[in-house]
Amino acid sequence: MKETIVQLKRGEKGIIKEFSTEAIPLKFQEVGCLPGNEVRLIQFSPFKDLVYLTVNDSHFAIRTETAALIEISRIK
Amino acid sequence: MGKQLNVALIGNPNTGKTSVFNQLTGLNQKVGNYPGVTVEKKEGKCKLSNGQFAHIVDLPGTYSLNATSPDEKIVADLLLQKRNESYPDVAVIVADVENLKRNLLLLTQIKDLNIPTILAINMADTMKRKGISVDLQQMEEKLHARVVLLSARSGKGMAELKGLIQDYDKLSSESCVQFTDIDPVYFEAQKKKFHGENLYKRWLNTVLENGSLKQEDEDQITSVQFENKSETEIKRLQQKETILRYLFINQLLKDSYKRDPALAEDFRSRVDKILTHRIFGYVIFFLIMLLVFQSIYNWSSYPMDLIDQLFTQMAEWVDNTLPEGALTSLISEGIIPGIGGIVIFVPQIAFLFLFISLLEESGYMSRVVFLMDKIMRRFGLNGKSVVPLISGTACAIPAIMATRSIDDWKERLITILITPFITCSARLPVYLIIIALVIPENSFLGMNLQGLTLMGLYILGFLTAVFSGYILNKMLKLKSRLFFISEMPAYKLPLLKNIVYTVIEKTKSFVVGAGKIILAISVVLWFLASNGPGEEFRNAKNIVQKNEQNQQLTEEDMANAIASYKLRHSYIGIIGHTIEPVIRPLGYDWKIGIALISSLAAREVFVGTLATVYSVGSEEEETIKNRMMKETDAVTGKKIFNFATGISLLLYYAFAMQCISTLAVVKRETNSWKWPVIQLVFMTGFAYVVSMVAYQLLK
Repeated sequence: MKETIVQLKRGEKGIIKEFSTEAIPLKFQEVGCLPGNEVRLIQFSPFKDLVYLTVNDSHFAIRTETAALIEISRIK
Repeated sequence: MGKQLNVALIGNPNTGKTSVFNQLTGLNQKVGNYPGVTVEKKEGKCKLSNGQFAHIVDLPGTYSLNATSPDEKIVADLLLQKRNESYPDVAVIVADVENLKRNLLLLTQIKDLNIPTILAINMADTMKRKGISVDLQQMEEKLHARVVLLSARSGKGMAELKGLIQDYDKLSSESCVQFTDIDPVYFEAQKKKFHGENLYKRWLNTVLENGSLKQEDEDQITSVQFENKSETEIKRLQQKETILRYLFINQLLKDSYKRDPALAEDFRSRVDKILTHRIFGYVIFFLIMLLVFQSIYNWSSYPMDLIDQLFTQMAEWVDNTLPEGALTSLISEGIIPGIGGIVIFVPQIAFLFLFISLLEESGYMSRVVFLMDKIMRRFGLNGKSVVPLISGTACAIPAIMATRSIDDWKERLITILITPFITCSARLPVYLIIIALVIPENSFLGMNLQGLTLMGLYILGFLTAVFSGYILNKMLKLKSRLFFISEMPAYKLPLLKNIVYTVIEKTKSFVVGAGKIILAISVVLWFLASNGPGEEFRNAKNIVQKNEQNQQLTEEDMANAIASYKLRHSYIGIIGHTIEPVIRPLGYDWKIGIALISSLAAREVFVGTLATVYSVGSEEEETIKNRMMKETDAVTGKKIFNFATGISLLLYYAFAMQCISTLAVVKRETNSWKWPVIQLVFMTGFAYVVSMVAYQLLK
């Protein structure tokens, strides 16, 4: 099964896999959402529409539906 | 005097760029707008040790030169226009020591433009606590740029930075990344074709043209040379470029930047756990809002009362001291109440900006965005709409300007369109005086009825805003980009200096901006009220005396009768009478009509106008409230400010688009007349209908 950021639980980490440039805005890539980078999920917002994560030493909230497009491989 | 030394401060948002700017320039700064857009332009002067002045521009925060918002485009534009008079001789990249990686991306791009660059690593005072160490020498070598450790908070490192700026001609302008490696064949061809030109500049122009934001470069570089590249190909190359830059940065930091991860995250995650908690998060937000409103409406009432008294006394003093005549009455009845009407809002505006800048500086605002996004989205808004909606309680103008942080155009437009429904502080004086006139001072369930009415009006404004958002979201057929990113910055103790500067600057711009219009209107009104065409105005005294001959009037009543006759036949009286048939169904007479027209400039003018209209009508200095209370309708003989008219007026002011300044800002922000016109027609039309229905039912 494909795993994306959304499947992570609080505090879990993953490595971002290759993604299609169409789906992910350049801006996300520029702040560090790039293949090979480690991403850690800090928490979901109260109604789960945003996800608060840290990648590349930066802390960001992005919408859950966008996060669901970013494939990762989980680090145990 | 030689050419001025231009310094551009560039950096990611939340790096303390503004603190560095404040440290460099002190109060030697001015805030304006970039021509054509309402992006704030902050510039200032900084004295260097050799006595020379450097011209500092604080550019909007950006993550990269690949601009996607108007703010970011300003940065790209300036750096691409070599002939611009503000084109920097030196770029100071302000970076956060905790986020060097991301900050350096921007630095490598600017280096590629061959601009002499200084890297200022800010918040260096936290390094020890966070377990960070930096090898400056190695960094300088690889970046081909000087690096300085700064603490804008304590001022440490500022002297060194100024020294580097002074010797800017010794800085390297060599690039540090070979970006052409992303497509060597292509760029080799480019190099041959445009011998000696900066290839990154060409490339940047191409990608900006490819994006939604059109680039207007004075150097007339067209994308013709890039026709063979498709849009997808450009996007792919941009990704490649970003990866290439990060490869370089990662390599660099691996050797020169050390960080103890155990020490870094603790405080932030503990605070986040509480502030973004699904229950406590909202409770805390609610309590903070309560405090903000408490300050805006209760604490500020003391200075406001004082200001009010001061201006009344001033007017009286002028009236009694200066010789009677047109000039005296212009000062005491036109100019002084006019200025007083503006100054009275200073405490509220100052409190509002105090809290907003405290919340933003501390990093809390981003947590509010995180909490509120879902709720806001249901109404076609965005988590970032919270800030404009809160600001809207003071004034819609700064609120609409604050919508710039919303990336998604549809959500931003809806926020702009609904913000004027939020009860702004200019409505408050109108509400207060009418409530005092028509709502009894009784209590209801132990609560003051007048207070309840005021609260009801606030809730009404908020619900109307939210409901309109819901409808607009269904109606507007705009493509949503679903592009949302909100940085969650580290928590910081707000810097007093930054807060003070923000409060002073915002308050000043409100007083000057809105003040000019209000003062001008006050003077025009006074003129229109004290002059009139024809015999009836000039011979008012004789006519009244003749008409009232048989009635035994006291001297005072006679004077009042003459004054009110004069007013009726003044220019303003004629205007008021002309529109009276339109506003009759709402329960208003011609005097209220005058106030409605003049308060199109700004709502608070309503009270001022009535003050002018009624003080022109009587001699003694009474309070406006007493005078309004006494007013009777010339047609029905009943009191003018009765319950039905009062409610109708309250509703009218709650809904109508009674603010030209707001319309002007909406025009600027949406870049078309379409939206302000829609706003004006819809809001005022709706207000008219609702007020009419209310009046006819309650009459």
